Amino acid sequence: MTNPYVPILVMMGVAGVMALGGVAASAIIGPKRYNRAKLEAYECGIQPTPHAVGGGRFPIKYYLVAMTFIIFDIEVVFLYPWAVNFTELAMFGLVAMMGFLFLITVPFVYEWRRGGFEWE
Amino acid sequence: MIAAMVSSAVPGVVSASVAGAANPGVTADFSQDNGWVWLIKAVVILVFLLLTVLMAIWFERKVVARMQMRPGPNVHGPFGLLQSLADAMKLLLKEDITVKAADKFLYMLAPMISVFCALLTFAVIPFGPSVSIFGIVTPLQLTDVPVAVLYILATASVGVYGIVLGGWSSGSTYPLLGAVRSTAQVISYELAMGLSLVSVFILAGSMSTSQIVATQQQLWWFLPLFPAFIIYVISMIGETNRLPFDLPEAEGELVSGFMTEYSSMKFAWFFLAEYINMVNVSAVVTTLFFGGWRAPWPISAINDGMFNTGWWPVLWFLAKMWLFLFLFVWVRGTLLRLRYDQFMSFGWKVLIPASLGWVVCVAVVQGVRQFTEVDLRTVLIALAVAVLVVVGISFLVPERKPEPGAAGKKAIPPGEFDPFAGGYPVPPMPGQQLPPSPRRARVAAAAPAGAARQVTDSQTEVERG
Repeated sequence: MTNPYVPILVMMGVAGVMALGGVAASAIIGPKRYNRAKLEAYECGIQPTPHAVGGGRFPIKYYLVAMTFIIFDIEVVFLYPWAVNFTELAMFGLVAMMGFLFLITVPFVYEWRRGGFEWE
Repeated sequence: MIAAMVSSAVPGVVSASVAGAANPGVTADFSQDNGWVWLIKAVVILVFLLLTVLMAIWFERKVVARMQMRPGPNVHGPFGLLQSLADAMKLLLKEDITVKAADKFLYMLAPMISVFCALLTFAVIPFGPSVSIFGIVTPLQLTDVPVAVLYILATASVGVYGIVLGGWSSGSTYPLLGAVRSTAQVISYELAMGLSLVSVFILAGSMSTSQIVATQQQLWWFLPLFPAFIIYVISMIGETNRLPFDLPEAEGELVSGFMTEYSSMKFAWFFLAEYINMVNVSAVVTTLFFGGWRAPWPISAINDGMFNTGWWPVLWFLAKMWLFLFLFVWVRGTLLRLRYDQFMSFGWKVLIPASLGWVVCVAVVQGVRQFTEVDLRTVLIALAVAVLVVVGISFLVPERKPEPGAAGKKAIPPGEFDPFAGGYPVPPMPGQQLPPSPRRARVAAAAPAGAARQVTDSQTEVERG
């Protein structure tokens, strides 16, 4: 029995060849005609607004979502091994996991009540 | 009733847990595969995905057209089947534009990341059981690992980088907005998606796709785990940025979202990645909830399961996958796009709490069944009472009243409203009055004179006539 992860590498190779090949092919085949307006950022035909250095500022809401996401993503990652070994871990695993879920739910409810999920 | 269904599925679980020692926890046997078999399978998967996408684009346009009482594409080839092929060829022959403000390297890399990650998922999707091809007995699946579903979720997550980097590196306003929206959307719905799968893993006892299919011998998981199935189907539409959740590329607001500045094959790669992702999530929901390649019930009973062997399962798998692709199109043809705040609060306030609660219910029921001697009916009744109590309490908790300060902050006195704040015309906030336009005074002043002139004009016309 060979390593079952090797075929994934083969798939990555095939996918990589295709991803690179397509872009390369269009770069070679496609025409190239210079036009100043074509290289401007698209803004429905008006003069493009000057772009802030470093991408500008964004509403804090997005950062809140990102932070909450990390907490829940870690929770999901902890849930998976427990779910797969549910029978082996038996009652201990069940009680421990319910406690863990409860501990995650408390700050979730707190953030909800404080309006962390309100979008205006 | 749910518990009865679950208990009937247990023999399947037990029989499937006998697995090869070399690759623990995986049912499919890949012992006869070698490098050539892998390469052939990988290329076949690639071709399969490309053809499926070409078909899916045609299918979507045709079905949406029929739903809107239009004929849809019907010129190129029979029934317009070659329409998407013609579009792909056209994109290949177009100029590859790199806008001036773009970050050149990331701008080029982003579409490749998107399509690369989208192509990887099918490596672990089982099309069928083992078949014999030219003397080699091999499963209709490239490979399977004990953490196959985790691998699928991981490739989907990395694929988001394509969208984020593509929007950011364009150096343009609309793509940046589209990319940020898309990130928030995909990560929010990824959580609900990941949580809805936990209950499948609890029942199947594995994350290997071939073993999850093997455990669905008696009962497909969507029946006992119906709420998880619904949550998965909703979040898979959000995850692939499809209508009614296609906010990252809402045409009316953001032109084309993160792919506004792309052309030629780079645009084609984003487009291809979106459709491959649709095929991916349809294949995943088929594998995890709809019995994978297993034949539907009346057919599976014919002739001692004849239709579950050989090449037949490919047919069932494709039929189920296209069923979900049709669902995508049906939803697109039926529902309207959500507003961004509705969308986000639906994800965080409905889907995630619902999937968490469902995981707790499944875990408690399964735990009591497996680890204790308590009668299941009492447990279910107790659980139902507990859920009702929690729901009742949540109704009793008063809604947070808006603070008077917050309301006062918004209502700006009418006199302070500047309709041209910052040089751009802005609409008045609720409660504000639009100040009378200076133009109106001018028009009113000019009106008598204008009217008089008009009269004289018409009189001269009459005199001339």
